[in-house]
Amino acid sequence: MRTKLTDPKRLQEISCRIRRSILLSLCEAGSGHLGGSLGITDVFTALYFSVLNHDPKDPDWADRDRLILSIGHVAPALYATLAHRGYFPEKELSTLRKLGSRLQGHPGREHGLPGLELSAGSLGQGLSVAVGRAIAGKMDQQRWRVYCILGDGELQEGSVWEAAMSASFYKLDNLIAIVDRNGVQIDGKTEEVMALEPLKEKWQSFGWTVFECNGNNHEEILSAMNLAQQVSDKPAMILAQTRMGYGVKTIEGDYRWHGKAPSKQEVEEFIRELEEEK
Amino acid sequence: MRIRFSNKGDKPTKAGFGEGLLDAGCRIPEVVALGADITASVGVNLFANRFPERFLSLGIAEQNCIGVAAGLALEGKTPVFATYGVFAALRTTDQIRVSVCYNNLHVVIGGAHAGVSVGPDGATHQALEDLAVMRVLPNMTVLSPCDATQTKIATQHAINKVNGPVYIRFGREAMPDFTSENQSFEVGKAQQLHGGNDITIIATGHLVWEALQAAYQLKKEKIHVRVINMHTIKPIDRETIIRAARETGAIVTAEEHQVAGGMGSAVAEVVAREYPVPMNFIGMPDRFGESGNPRELMQKFGMTAHTIEKAVLSLLQRKNIPFNH
Ligand SMILES: [Mg+2]
Repeated sequence: MRTKLTDPKRLQEISCRIRRSILLSLCEAGSGHLGGSLGITDVFTALYFSVLNHDPKDPDWADRDRLILSIGHVAPALYATLAHRGYFPEKELSTLRKLGSRLQGHPGREHGLPGLELSAGSLGQGLSVAVGRAIAGKMDQQRWRVYCILGDGELQEGSVWEAAMSASFYKLDNLIAIVDRNGVQIDGKTEEVMALEPLKEKWQSFGWTVFECNGNNHEEILSAMNLAQQVSDKPAMILAQTRMGYGVKTIEGDYRWHGKAPSKQEVEEFIRELEEEK
Repeated sequence: MRIRFSNKGDKPTKAGFGEGLLDAGCRIPEVVALGADITASVGVNLFANRFPERFLSLGIAEQNCIGVAAGLALEGKTPVFATYGVFAALRTTDQIRVSVCYNNLHVVIGGAHAGVSVGPDGATHQALEDLAVMRVLPNMTVLSPCDATQTKIATQHAINKVNGPVYIRFGREAMPDFTSENQSFEVGKAQQLHGGNDITIIATGHLVWEALQAAYQLKKEKIHVRVINMHTIKPIDRETIIRAARETGAIVTAEEHQVAGGMGSAVAEVVAREYPVPMNFIGMPDRFGESGNPRELMQKFGMTAHTIEKAVLSLLQRKNIPFNH
């Protein structure tokens, strides 16, 4: 099944179902990163249901696009998306973070979950790996692309900028990076912890073509992806403005929900809010 | 063993690495080399000149080099990244741990400038902790060949025969090149270079030559020393270590590395568990190196045949006194 959806409404409905799964799996796990996972859900939905060339029935398909998740802590969003897309049964989401589970707290390929492209979780490493894969693709004249999801707090890691330099140096127009620009990190607002702005100009000066979009709006995400795919001779960056906790009004934008899981009571309330939003 | 090794001429082990890489590169099209600015200084220039399309210049950005190598390996390439050991193993430890080892990828990492024999560059550039850090990482193989010829062979094995991540260590200074091109070399299988049942010296890297010289000297005093070249630090050759402990009753280890956590520690872990015998350790005593010429430094820090001989004699005394608890 390699069909792609293009209707933003339809994608939004899927995002909503994925968010519900994220809430339930985190509640069941009793720990994990709720805010970031809900915030980036629309980007994952757009990628796996519309943008990526991939095949859930053949996760290692040689010509697939590669999705590197650098911010391993939003793994619940990746897992829920993969399950809803058919990579594995949705009921397995309830094993998140438990002993013996294929759904590790941060992605770990050695546990055998289909669809994982990288074990990751230590910040600042994913873009380098994405660069390596994109270089290999170029060397072998492959047509697949590499997508890489980064966090905004993560951009404080110096190694990200080493990778950024190398991506433009090697003219990797088969690489599209997406920054989850939610403006917050564990200690608070990124601009107060360690300022990142002017972020667009930073990436541009590193030789990237930069697009901005509302990362919680499917129409905008798809149009940014479309533009990014057309860039040639340069890597493309999409700064996706998201809201941490998006979809659940009570916690939206609240950095205190970065690394927290909802209680049984909270989860019922949050799911109600989610349904109302829809 | 009846062979007495002789020096075919001094040669830096980094030259062996460069030759091994070039040779593997000629035979295996998937080999890609990554450079962090000092390619000639670590022997990668041979490959880079021959295969410019398979050489990636990445600048002074070692952490990115490791990640890029991981990405290449995920796509079926065989990336080889070399720089000074202090940077190759230590600046990049977290990248190696997560992107390479946790993903269990066949990335070959070359650590040059091992030990105090680096010389005048001083402490910042003398890798003395790399073996300790690399050997504790799951999935990692750690190689520390003894001369240029063996480094060439070990490099080919690292590229060709090892499946997961591998760290190979080599030095800068021209040192005796004494092993044969036709030697039997197997990753994880130590080589006995000199027979004897009175005591064992287990050495690695440049100190294997020194250990042999010590054994030849001691033979004149009717002390029969077994000399083992521990060219693979991980997986460590337990069988050879246990046999040496049982048959010779005492073990001296010698390495151009911190005593803490290095090859000697790896040997001691086996000895303590399987067959406890008295041990002595030649290596850096928990301090940094300094500037000087290589020979002066090896003398200052006791990494010579003479010091090994003294360590053997003092351990022989202890060997004959039973443990009193
Ligand atoms: Mg953030």
